[in-house]
Amino acid sequence: MQEPQITAELIASHGIKPDEYQRILDIIGREPTFTELGIFSAMWNEHCSYKSSKKWLRTLPTTGPQVICGPGENAGVVDIGDGQAVIFKMESHNHPSYIEPHQGAATGVGGILRDVFTMGARPIAAMNALSFGLPSHPKTSHLVKGVVEGIGAYGNAFGVPTVGGEVRFHRSYNGNCLVNAFAAGIADADKIFYSVASGVGMPVVYLGAKTGRDGVGGATMASAEFDDTIEEKRPTVQVGDPFTEKRLLEASLELMGSGAVISIQDMGAAGLTCSAVEMGDKGNLGIKLILDAVPQREAAMTAYEMMLSESQERMLMVLKPEKEAEARAIFEKWDLDFAIVGETIPEDRFLILHGNEVKADLPLSKLSSSAPEYDRPWIETPAAAPLGEVPAIGAIDALKALIGSPSYAHKSWVWEQYDSQVGADTVVRPGMAAGVVRVHGTGKALAFTSDVTPRYVKANPFEGGKQAVAEAYRNLTAVGALPLATTDNLNFGNPEKPEIMGQFVGAIKGIGAAVAALEMPIVSGNVSLYNETDGSAILPTPTIGAVGILASLDDLIAGQPAEGDIALLIGETFGHLGQSALLAEAFGIEAGDAPHVDLAAEKRNGDFLRANRKALRAATDLADGGLALAAFEMAEAAGLGLNLDAGDIPTLFGEDQARYLVACSAEGAAALEAAALATDVPVLRVGRFGGTSVSFGSASAPLADLSALYRGAFAAAVE
Amino acid sequence: MKAAVVTFPGSNCDRDLAVAFEKAGAEVVRVWHKDSALPQGVDIVGVPGGFSFGDYLRCGAIAAQSPIAAAIQAHASRGGYVIGICNGFQVLTEMRLLPGALMRNAGLKFICKPVELVVATTESDYTAGYAKGQRISVPVAHHDGNYTVDAETLARLQGEDRVAFRYGDNPNGSMGDIAGILSENRRVLGMMPHPERVVDPAHGGADGAVLFASLVGKMALA
Repeated sequence: MQEPQITAELIASHGIKPDEYQRILDIIGREPTFTELGIFSAMWNEHCSYKSSKKWLRTLPTTGPQVICGPGENAGVVDIGDGQAVIFKMESHNHPSYIEPHQGAATGVGGILRDVFTMGARPIAAMNALSFGLPSHPKTSHLVKGVVEGIGAYGNAFGVPTVGGEVRFHRSYNGNCLVNAFAAGIADADKIFYSVASGVGMPVVYLGAKTGRDGVGGATMASAEFDDTIEEKRPTVQVGDPFTEKRLLEASLELMGSGAVISIQDMGAAGLTCSAVEMGDKGNLGIKLILDAVPQREAAMTAYEMMLSESQERMLMVLKPEKEAEARAIFEKWDLDFAIVGETIPEDRFLILHGNEVKADLPLSKLSSSAPEYDRPWIETPAAAPLGEVPAIGAIDALKALIGSPSYAHKSWVWEQYDSQVGADTVVRPGMAAGVVRVHGTGKALAFTSDVTPRYVKANPFEGGKQAVAEAYRNLTAVGALPLATTDNLNFGNPEKPEIMGQFVGAIKGIGAAVAALEMPIVSGNVSLYNETDGSAILPTPTIGAVGILASLDDLIAGQPAEGDIALLIGETFGHLGQSALLAEAFGIEAGDAPHVDLAAEKRNGDFLRANRKALRAATDLADGGLALAAFEMAEAAGLGLNLDAGDIPTLFGEDQARYLVACSAEGAAALEAAALATDVPVLRVGRFGGTSVSFGSASAPLADLSALYRGAFAAAVE
Repeated sequence: MKAAVVTFPGSNCDRDLAVAFEKAGAEVVRVWHKDSALPQGVDIVGVPGGFSFGDYLRCGAIAAQSPIAAAIQAHASRGGYVIGICNGFQVLTEMRLLPGALMRNAGLKFICKPVELVVATTESDYTAGYAKGQRISVPVAHHDGNYTVDAETLARLQGEDRVAFRYGDNPNGSMGDIAGILSENRRVLGMMPHPERVVDPAHGGADGAVLFASLVGKMALA
């Protein structure tokens, strides 16, 4: 087939800037072929190359005694003792989900699961962090339903329990929703598989589903802003098949157990191109591919299409040749494709043959190491103006404004559509501070949470970045877990705008400071830029996914308050209302500075809570919505009323950090107070659980009425 | 007692079911869908939950055509025990080992949550460990659990005391609030809720453990 002529238009339509094209000419000394142009565009787009973010990502703390493998592989690997490791990552699928919510979200789940099992781990937990536009926006209901259904359809069929996540609504996501999917798996620490190829003349094997034309150019699409031609981009969204993914999981783990695998890489963004280049590049080898051998779902596919297809449920492997028959038998057992499509070669070359023609012949190492890297100009986000006068509101009305809004309402509408228990090791289901899953066959467990408060990040990127990590730390602590490590999914607008880049830089600095102080290094992550529609950016949303460990299930805090239990507040209250949930939901005010995070206090208070877990019946962290919302949620879950002594808005709804609310028996409360005396940790009795009404100072409302509002508001907003 | 747990491509509760049997003291053998015979000495076959063959065509329809299905059929016709949970229940109805069909949930959404079940009969080796009318908590996790059957068969199921479990608060629109049914000889049980997910205090409840313990206990006597 005749390939198109290379024109300035064609180059631009591949997202390649003129200076980047010049760089290509300098590297290869001639005009690229059409297939080669496609390969460059796949490798050099923002999504695959991290060209705007790399400089700043390097500054993040990524090491620690618990870290086995930090960023750079498919997922991060962290020691959990007894020769085992947890492997996890979070990744965005924002643009595809906006174009086609069900498939976009489903393939986001599929992609992150593959990242985990490509390394030899069996997935044991999933989460997802979702940000949508206002419920009143005409697309929102459709997006929420489609995304939740897509996540459920994929995760439930694959068989991974979804144990946590977040859902928020804000007008800045009207034209650009966020779908951030997290997955974690368990492997033996000495049986982890990496993507570095080794050995010359080793067969390169294609595994899994067949290649079709779906998703051609998907990574390039994901690296562009949206405009009103968005509907035309539907064919760049891939279609997921969890049934194939489940078989691919089982076949891959069997294959890894057979000793046949030298290196393995999933085909995610930019498919065959990216996976082959990465394996060769890491092993200082070249790769030759003969595309005629690629299993194809459609007739007459071109080299360009095959190299850029993002068909799902595929992997690429470098095989020990003597194990070929054994490996092939495993894939045949699971009715999956197994095809030798090339080999490793000694020279630095990415050689693509199709129909006895050379379609691409490029220096392989230059495709990733010579990818452009930008030091984008940025301006520091100016300090927020002080919060002015706060409108008056009664405490009960304030609570109603929060629990009646879909961002703070009960989320069972969402999580009941996800199988949270498959695997029969789920100890804490969604709805608590963190999801907890037992490590199969052991008495230990892992806790999972995902957090960020985008309003804070916008007002103060540095403190907002810190806060996202601190909140994750607190959520893990509140179930009794020791935080271990972190994955970050950094969603921002157009990095070519200095103010957006300033948000990014500030947030990274804040995240870095917090993960260092709280000893939960970043081990994996993903960057999603250009989250803008018609020039309007999302709130900066650096989602933090974090994992903690419970050495024994005896350490778990997962109880509920009992009638008559005492409510105690751990940590100091200042009444910070700037950028609070209350102001945003009750008055539409997003003003003032974000609350500042005292990392030393976070650490101290977290250590105190874990050390005194035996004194507690129940615990939760305080986040947006403050004391009032946390106390209401804890009481409501137990079917109990609540009586808080305070009646003033700053005490009830202020969002000061480093705080927890706990429920204790009389003896427990005394023990906790005694323990606090020996430390600098403030512990204060703030009220009682029990009865059938919710009272803040002298204001009161029946629990049943509030509960009905809280449990009905989400469905009312999206149905 | 020897239990065979079947794995179809797409099964995802097979390990969980094996663990529940083992915890109750049974010996477990795993069986692949392409096997055409069951191992020697199998007392009960467990058909697990999941999405066999991706739920493509119709939930359970393709699995019911697997080589192992014929062996399960033969085992049942010899008076052998078979338990099908969730997708397993769907497979057993597709195999015609149990009457009726599992349609899409009335609310059209996947539902995963703990539900209250009422033990409708204790006249089976599966339910003998409970008290009649006992209310237990067992989770559901399905998209297609809406039990549907013709009026005549429904009357027969009820008349012959073959409803094993009813929902306390029907989550999916099932006729007669039916959550699980028995075969005529009371040795084949199909149920949508997942007893294997509540066999351990760490699960937050152990109401399902009674079913497995009862079964293993009865077979030890047999």
